[in-house]
Amino acid sequence: MIKTFILGILLGIVAVFAALHFIPVVDQHREASIISVTPNGGNRETFHINVPMDRIMIGAQGRENALPPGLEWPEHERFAGIQAELFKVRNSRDAVVGIASRLATNDEAVGSVIEWVLHLPARGSLFVRLRPQTVDGTRRVGDIAAGTREFNGLIGEMSERWVADTSDFDDAPAGRIELVASFVAEEDTSDTEGLIEVSAQ
Amino acid sequence: MKYLLALILGVLTGVVVACGIIYYNPFTSQSSLSPLAVSERQQFTLNYSAVATDSIVYTNDGESRVHPHPVKVLQLWEAPIRLTNTMVTMLRDSRNEPVGLGVKFSSQSERTRLLSGEALVDSAWYIYLPGQGSMLIEQTENYWTYLREIVIPAHWSSGDSWRGNWHGMLTRGPGALGTAFVYGGSGAFEGFEAEAIETITARAYDTEIGPVAMDGQLTIEYPAADDLAADAVTD
Repeated sequence: MIKTFILGILLGIVAVFAALHFIPVVDQHREASIISVTPNGGNRETFHINVPMDRIMIGAQGRENALPPGLEWPEHERFAGIQAELFKVRNSRDAVVGIASRLATNDEAVGSVIEWVLHLPARGSLFVRLRPQTVDGTRRVGDIAAGTREFNGLIGEMSERWVADTSDFDDAPAGRIELVASFVAEEDTSDTEGLIEVSAQ
Repeated sequence: MKYLLALILGVLTGVVVACGIIYYNPFTSQSSLSPLAVSERQQFTLNYSAVATDSIVYTNDGESRVHPHPVKVLQLWEAPIRLTNTMVTMLRDSRNEPVGLGVKFSSQSERTRLLSGEALVDSAWYIYLPGQGSMLIEQTENYWTYLREIVIPAHWSSGDSWRGNWHGMLTRGPGALGTAFVYGGSGAFEGFEAEAIETITARAYDTEIGPVAMDGQLTIEYPAADDLAADAVTD
């Protein structure tokens, strides 16, 4: 019987180690990425935010209808003029795939700032700086300043656009913020530079 | 029958022994020495409270130990974001003056391997410092030592809490020396690429509500080429 007990101990140890080795402790749910290929070979991905239901936070000094209820926004003079928002982000199939922050301010030292960070847990984060001027009077466009994990090493741009809802449904959102990201992998120019040097000789 | 009983008891003992081996494994201890400590480059620090109720907004799936703040904030219950929490907080300098806003997105990492002492979280900080500019910090954090030295002892404690003075480094990468990457955004940080680390100092933890007294600190190193610009920023 003591041999059976010792065998059980060994089995228990092996079972725990095997389980921790083969069964993932964390398994992030993934929605299939909906990416279209642009004529230049880059990728385009469209996200949107249904307003107001996807808005997690909107904070700014002096704002009466701040969200969420009970929000205590810093009243220090240093934060005057800053508007920060948090949203849930959806893909083209209207499934929530991530979280985004948007910060807008007009700072004397820094200038006009409109910046987005899109955080998609299973994929990584995108950091985008929009130019304050609108294009066609409808969209703001800006460069991808940085990307992490799956978005690391990508260059490109992203646009934001407000699309008002025109449906007559009672539970329809007031509209949506449409975000279109276009990106390509950063080109490795080391080989190309070599070719140029050779052809110049 | 008695052999079956012996086998079951043996398996249960084996499970306990295996958990003990993993928990007490001395090879999984993290160094508390910052890789930036020996750097001669200029650094600046940003401090924040890591207690959810001290933040401006903290949200998660609503079922975790740490409760969302404020109470009525929208929760992250959808499957793709359920393992993520988000915090918006005020950042303070070393004199405890408010200097900026930070948004931290933290998602549990699929690279977590408890066997090798890695309870990993992929996180991104967006930081805006009024009058200076913005940046994004990308890091992988390892919470294993925090779990082992604070959270589990709190559950073992008869008072369901932990008190002490614990200081540890969370940042584990993606930099080669275990540092985080910093990408400059606007203002003085435009085009800026640097390294950073995040540490926490915990003094009290409760099993019901999570951290009770805990401060976080981001230490950001200026790249060598920007040392002169750093003077202008810190002034």
